[in-house]
Amino acid sequence: MELVQMQKSLQDYTKSLFLDGVLDSQFLQLQQLQDESNPDFVSQVVTLFFQDSDRILNDLSLSLDQQVVDFKKVDPHVHQLKGSSSSIGAQRVKNACVVFRSFCEQQNVEGCHRCLQQVKQEYYLVKNRLETLFKLEQQIVASGGMIPAMELGF
Amino acid sequence: DSENGVPASFKVPAGVVHKIFSYKSSVIFCCSQERKIRREMADEVPSLAESKLTALVVDDNFVNQTMHHKLLDRLGIQNDVVCNGQEAVDVHCSGRNYDLILMDMEMPILNGIQATKRLREMGIESKIAGVTTRANEGDKKEFMEAGLNDFQEKPLTISKLLSILHRLDFYVQT
Repeated sequence: MELVQMQKSLQDYTKSLFLDGVLDSQFLQLQQLQDESNPDFVSQVVTLFFQDSDRILNDLSLSLDQQVVDFKKVDPHVHQLKGSSSSIGAQRVKNACVVFRSFCEQQNVEGCHRCLQQVKQEYYLVKNRLETLFKLEQQIVASGGMIPAMELGF
Repeated sequence: DSENGVPASFKVPAGVVHKIFSYKSSVIFCCSQERKIRREMADEVPSLAESKLTALVVDDNFVNQTMHHKLLDRLGIQNDVVCNGQEAVDVHCSGRNYDLILMDMEMPILNGIQATKRLREMGIESKIAGVTTRANEGDKKEFMEAGLNDFQEKPLTISKLLSILHRLDFYVQT
């Protein structure tokens, strides 16, 4: 595939993530912090988010599988995940965490189980999409091209 | 608009980060007059000098730590990062001091409200900006009353950080 075509595909793909609400403007903040002194900043932070989230989701699954659910343990995990997803612009994960927290407050075990599934779904979706995004970027760089700047006209 | 005969809008010369001390009333510097004014003031305020701002990030979330560290870095602000309120207190007990503290609210061991109270009790006069995603009025009030100078909702962005710095009278290269 030609370089120009690859760059166009990347732009279209990135745009679709915003239009689908998978990412919000906070992701653009992340991109703005990337520069020559830190050319992999975005992927570093996103990788950190993936590692953090995998751990949190695992802990959440364990906590909710207990005979007696300790919401004092569940809520801080959800808060953490809400915080980090919000920081990188993973909007749908963040929104799912907001709902999750309200069920924690109500100490609704069934509701929390449903929310955990929802959060996992949104998380795997954004993870998958961002991994694809980074692959597209790598292909462009490998072909000697530059990553096009994100246009905000949508 | 002008104050004291100096234009109200100004730009800090590139590559220079200032800490501007209040002298009698707030003085806003115009770029072209800056050196002259600072020379005059240096006699009366000897500590006024070009100095790098320092900050402490207090947050238990690794992603937020990385983001806030980088945001501050980008504005030329040297910064350290700790994971909770207790570590923030400990680092001050060890003798470190910072111009600005970005304090998260919900943290284990010692949360932001408790840590802010503790630091103020210790006599720490650094500017403390509370940053949190929990922003209902009650929580915000409690956090402010603990001794904050400013409050900002997460997630932090460059412009939110700049408005914190502006409100707290810090001037940085943008």
